[in-house]
Amino acid sequence: MSTSPVISSGRSLGETGGRILRYTLSERVHHWLAAITYIYCLITGLAFWSPYMYWLATLVGGGPTARFWHPWFGLGFTLSMFWMYKMWHCDMQTTDADRRWSKAMKYYIENEDEKLPPIGRFNYGQKLFFWLMVYGVTLLLISGVGLWFVESISWSLRWLRYLAVTVHVVAALATIGAFIIHIYMSVFMEPESFQAMIHGRVPEAWARTYHRLWYEQVTGKLPPPK
Amino acid sequence: MSQATLAIRRISGHAGVAPGDGVERDYQVCKLVDTTTCIGCKACEVACLEWNGYTFSDTVFDNSYQTMPETQWNYWNLIKFNEHEREDGGVSLLMRKDQCMHCADPGCLAACPADGAIVQYTNGIVDFQQQNCIGCGYCVSGCPFDIPKFNPNTKKMFKCTLCVDRVSEGLEPACIKSCPTGCLHFGTKEDMKDLAETRATQLRDNFGFEKAGVYDPPGVGGTGVIYVLHDATNPEAYGGLPRDPHIPWVVRFWKGPAKWIGNLAMLGGIVGVTLHYLRFGPKQTDAAKHDDSTGEKGGKP
Repeated sequence: MSTSPVISSGRSLGETGGRILRYTLSERVHHWLAAITYIYCLITGLAFWSPYMYWLATLVGGGPTARFWHPWFGLGFTLSMFWMYKMWHCDMQTTDADRRWSKAMKYYIENEDEKLPPIGRFNYGQKLFFWLMVYGVTLLLISGVGLWFVESISWSLRWLRYLAVTVHVVAALATIGAFIIHIYMSVFMEPESFQAMIHGRVPEAWARTYHRLWYEQVTGKLPPPK
Repeated sequence: MSQATLAIRRISGHAGVAPGDGVERDYQVCKLVDTTTCIGCKACEVACLEWNGYTFSDTVFDNSYQTMPETQWNYWNLIKFNEHEREDGGVSLLMRKDQCMHCADPGCLAACPADGAIVQYTNGIVDFQQQNCIGCGYCVSGCPFDIPKFNPNTKKMFKCTLCVDRVSEGLEPACIKSCPTGCLHFGTKEDMKDLAETRATQLRDNFGFEKAGVYDPPGVGGTGVIYVLHDATNPEAYGGLPRDPHIPWVVRFWKGPAKWIGNLAMLGGIVGVTLHYLRFGPKQTDAAKHDDSTGEKGGKP
């Protein structure tokens, strides 16, 4: 087994000079807990969603096993999302800087970041993703409990059974859409942020380019926000 | 290829059509329950347990003769007792043998995500295949009669099989066999409908039940269990028999258009980000580009 090229090049673990701590260990652990539990629910959920994707259940031990664990992993995802909510909800409030940034978002999409106004720790897109997942997981939890204990919903309240199905599907699809963009952006569009979520640190230049206000705060060049 | 595969008309959660799709059979099997001659003896309940190997469950007394409030995973056949106040002030004790209705258009099968967990044979019997069942309970949401029940121990769904094991050997279902009054009949759907209509006509013409009729709801394409009712205009009086049962529209939408809208949206998302990558590529944060463009306090558009 060879060591990972990232580590062996000393780019992030050994050498921290010129790098800023972006995600604490706790933040990274909770993020990856959420990632694992969400991806499990995604694979099994897609298997239940369409007969043409039922084979996905085979990857995780077959239909009955997938069905058994899906709600438990869902609860795990809810818990990790709850922690992330507690850690990040203050940082995720929309600011005036975000509003300016969101008006110029097309420069971000077209990789002309130098034309964007400076922003804090998270950009507007990240905040949208965060809140979509927070509300999404809330809906998924409530409707999921309904689907889990569907027989406990009495026949006279059966509209709740149908509502649970609808809400679970709509919320799941919304989170999948956000998830696709999230994976694309963090792994392919901004590989540095993937490294940041693993090793915790980002290069100073990266922080200055994309999160200038945050960079100025953490490096003491600007007073922290009230 | 075994004949058994050909005898399956529909398969739940199946990618593509069932192998027996389009296979024609000259008859559908059907149970006829004549509620007007049922005496509520529960022989059918016992016969069902005996044939299927279940022991008698705990009874739940609720001021009626009814064994328990509803069918259970191991109690597939339940006579529902209902005291119904008639318009003339008298009281009728209505008794209806409740079980899976074996819909021609089964909601459980439509809702089921597990390949082969629910099948419909070409003779019309809707049967759960527990070895393929994943215990998700979607069939509970799909059924317009609230029939499928969950076994929390084995985590599988169960319901009346219409004694498919007996029927395929040329025997009548156990409940039919046990009925002492002959209120239960078994045969082809056509014969049973004829018999039911004859009985309903008899009730209307000779016994003063002007509203007597046959319950064979078209909303689910007709059922493999049909009833003769004293008052076909009020099926709800018979322990909540739905007046116009159909697969819930949510289930229809979920398993139909929603599937394709959702799949297209997911595919669109993946195609979209791929195109973005090809057009714009990853963000570059090399120091040179950065230092050139921002300087001390730049970056404003």
